[in-house]
Amino acid sequence: MTDWIDIGTLADIPRRGARTVRIGGAKDIAVFRTGDDHVFALVNECPHKKGPLSQGIVHGHSVACPLHNWTIALRTGQAQGADEGCTPTIAVRREGDRILIARPASMKAAA
Amino acid sequence: MDLQVRDESRAGVADDIIMPFDDVREHLVVVGNGMAGCRAVEELLAQDGRRYRVTIFGAEPYVNYNRIMLSPVLAGEKSFDDIVINSQQWYADNGIDLIAGDPVTAIDRTAKAVTSRSGRTVHYDKLLIATGSDPFIIPVPGRDLPGVISFRDMKDVDTMLEAAGKGGDAVVIGGGLLGLEAAHGLTRRGMKVTVIHLMDTLMERQLDEAAGWLLKSALEARGQTILTGANTAEIFGDGKVEGVRLKDGRDIPASLVVMAVGIRPATALAREAGLEVNRGIKVDDHMVTSDPDVLAVGECVEHDGNVYGLVAPLWDMCRSLADGLTDRHSGYKGSVTSTKLKVAGLDVFSAGDFSGGEGCEDIVLRDASRGVYKRVVVKDDRVIGAVLYGDTADGGWYFDLLKKGENVADMRDLLIFGQAFASGGGAPDPKAAVAALSDDAEICGCNGVSKGQVVACIGAGASSLDAVRAGCKASASCGSCTGLVETLLAATLGDDVQSGPKTMCKCTSFTHDDVRREIVAQNMRSIPEVMQALHWSTPDGCSSCRPALNYYLLCALPGEYQDDQQSRFVNERMHANIQKDGTYSVVPRMWGGLTNPRELRAIADVVEKYDAPMVKVTGGQRLDIFGIRKEDLPAVWADLNAAGMVSGHAYGKSLRTVKTCVGSEWCRFGTQDSTGLGVRTERMTWGSWMPHKFKIAVSGCPRNCAEATIKDFGIICVDSGYELHVGGNGGIHVRATDFLCKVATEQQALDFCAAFIQLYREEARYLERTAPWIERVGIDYVKRRIVEDEPGREGLRARFLYAQSFSQDDPWAERAAGRHAELHQHLQPIAIAAE
Repeated sequence: MTDWIDIGTLADIPRRGARTVRIGGAKDIAVFRTGDDHVFALVNECPHKKGPLSQGIVHGHSVACPLHNWTIALRTGQAQGADEGCTPTIAVRREGDRILIARPASMKAAA
Repeated sequence: MDLQVRDESRAGVADDIIMPFDDVREHLVVVGNGMAGCRAVEELLAQDGRRYRVTIFGAEPYVNYNRIMLSPVLAGEKSFDDIVINSQQWYADNGIDLIAGDPVTAIDRTAKAVTSRSGRTVHYDKLLIATGSDPFIIPVPGRDLPGVISFRDMKDVDTMLEAAGKGGDAVVIGGGLLGLEAAHGLTRRGMKVTVIHLMDTLMERQLDEAAGWLLKSALEARGQTILTGANTAEIFGDGKVEGVRLKDGRDIPASLVVMAVGIRPATALAREAGLEVNRGIKVDDHMVTSDPDVLAVGECVEHDGNVYGLVAPLWDMCRSLADGLTDRHSGYKGSVTSTKLKVAGLDVFSAGDFSGGEGCEDIVLRDASRGVYKRVVVKDDRVIGAVLYGDTADGGWYFDLLKKGENVADMRDLLIFGQAFASGGGAPDPKAAVAALSDDAEICGCNGVSKGQVVACIGAGASSLDAVRAGCKASASCGSCTGLVETLLAATLGDDVQSGPKTMCKCTSFTHDDVRREIVAQNMRSIPEVMQALHWSTPDGCSSCRPALNYYLLCALPGEYQDDQQSRFVNERMHANIQKDGTYSVVPRMWGGLTNPRELRAIADVVEKYDAPMVKVTGGQRLDIFGIRKEDLPAVWADLNAAGMVSGHAYGKSLRTVKTCVGSEWCRFGTQDSTGLGVRTERMTWGSWMPHKFKIAVSGCPRNCAEATIKDFGIICVDSGYELHVGGNGGIHVRATDFLCKVATEQQALDFCAAFIQLYREEARYLERTAPWIERVGIDYVKRRIVEDEPGREGLRARFLYAQSFSQDDPWAERAAGRHAELHQHLQPIAIAAE
């Protein structure tokens, strides 16, 4: 069973931007809204040097890390281009206007 | 450069000024100072520089310029300076007498002499006629009205620019290459343009129906009205043009009518001289007319029954002519021509025969989403024609196949996908594609430069695009072959290549300069609009182009453009500098590096209250507070605001700091109040967005304690005034400033500073510091704009101050007051299921 957590509405997130969620003692989660209103959630850490991805420039279905401009695919968390690395993704579900994310595994273990 | 030359027609008649008695060489007189005449002379000089003494007569009062580049001049994309082919210096260096503004009116073949309008008579041994073409004026009533012009020379461009300055409606008669370029230019200049075209398809001689339709739709989307199948009955107006009436009765209002329906070889002079003339002046394979001492070249000639109205055949003709004049023997064999439309953002190419017919096979590729249409016509396994719209990268390759008549049976299936696929390998590797071109493949159509010549130029030491342009002129005109030249540089030099103007990013094929120009010319107002108009290949750009576009729009439309926060780098969005651990550093502004107890106390309090692990004095004479969490930023700013401090913009592509020394107020060597001037400079310039960060310093004497000579703008005070220095940089590549000029008063120093910043803001590429920008454009250019051109400087200064009137709000204050609080807070989960 997946636990779903209601984190807010689409309007809470700027288009081509992100907000962060802090749940318990887990790592911050970045919730992205793209230009075409898709929503993705990733751990708020670049696989490179742990830069806060939520502060990057969102383009297409990717985000450019604010520290060293790595490009991370929002759907897979994979670094694009010549860079290698992967950021964990978190399942997202839309229920009407609300956005729900799956409880992160690390939290489940802690719970 | 001295471009405007003596107008001999008004200078009175001087006797015998061009007959140095000790020069016994044969005298070559050239009638026509245009592209053909001068190119012929260039070829001749290249083959045998000393054989002839040369005199050139020109009808226009200018040096030799690139006529086909008048369209970009009209559109405001180039200046007249940019299109000069040979400056006054070239004539002087080669001992050529230029008689400009004084057309030849008669040729006396018996006496072997020409006479000009001003009455000058000059003897010749060999005469070269290069009179070019005259625009064809359709014989309708009203064609003589003031405001009805052609599009042929600089004077026509001036007339159009003057008319465009008043705005209103323009009609262009003729939807061919020239007409569409005129329409584009006038649209750019703000006129409402209607194109009247007799045929059903635009550019019907170069394009097929499908490509013509795509072109028409694209032009209509740019605001032009295109009437095809429209026949002009008369031009009407009372004393000046007021409109055009069509045969179907429609009236189209116009304060300017441009006739661009075609050109006719200018043969009157030759005809009156009794030379054999048909449609053009008849010439043999060495461009010799019916008189063995008279040659002719260019658009005015007819060779083997053909008359050419495009530039490319000129190059072949001129080579053959020079061969003949220097007793070599390689005759002119006629030319196959190709066409490119010089309208920014519209790529159109055509070559050869695409009318179809017996035995012709069409290979067509359409890509509607990219707006691409390609058609290659093959006959007997050979390419005989090609029409490309939207993607013309392979135009040169198809043209090369066509000219060589190469058998394409083996690659027929892949032919339409272009060279990279058809020549094997599958993956489009531009380097391999260019490497595969033969040495005589034409790279630059404007200047007739082959691949072999470009490679030779690179081999001779040209290691950058600019050097190639200077060395062999490839890519120096319309620029559409820039990519090819860059690839050749890369292929020839490997890693030694110095990169030139590159496309902005992978999302577009335009360069920064192209995009900026289009934003202004098309009056674009938002990032999505730019991306749509300029065919961005991605839905919303990338982290390179979005911040650049945001800046370009901001700079073009101060006070109007709504800043797009999501297109800014994190630091500019958060008004603080992100650090490697994700916290921020905060730098309050200290004007000119001055502070006081109240500010220092407030900073000390912030450090303690928010547990900042480090405070540091910066290189720009400020205090930097490290380790602030994004959640705390608004509260930190509120505390700093309360002590009277505002954002220091240490995070922005913007004015950073004005560094000062203590100057005459304290220092025994100080000559002026450098501290006070620094504060005033910072008050004027703070808050301004720039292409990159911008640092200023003011030193009170030449000991230069404020290190003004490694700043973007540096002032060094001396007894008699203020020395202004620009373009310094203390980064990876240390660069000392260039000396701009010296001014007498503090106000002048401020004015020049504002003007210089605005020039940088308007013309540098995004993320280009002043140092590389000045290396690129040259300090002489900056001096011309800032020092020598007083009205220009005033304009720049005024535009800067206007822009500043919108940018000097403290961004910290509004955040401290609660605006965009969400940017600093986590989302709050409201329900946690199954807890």
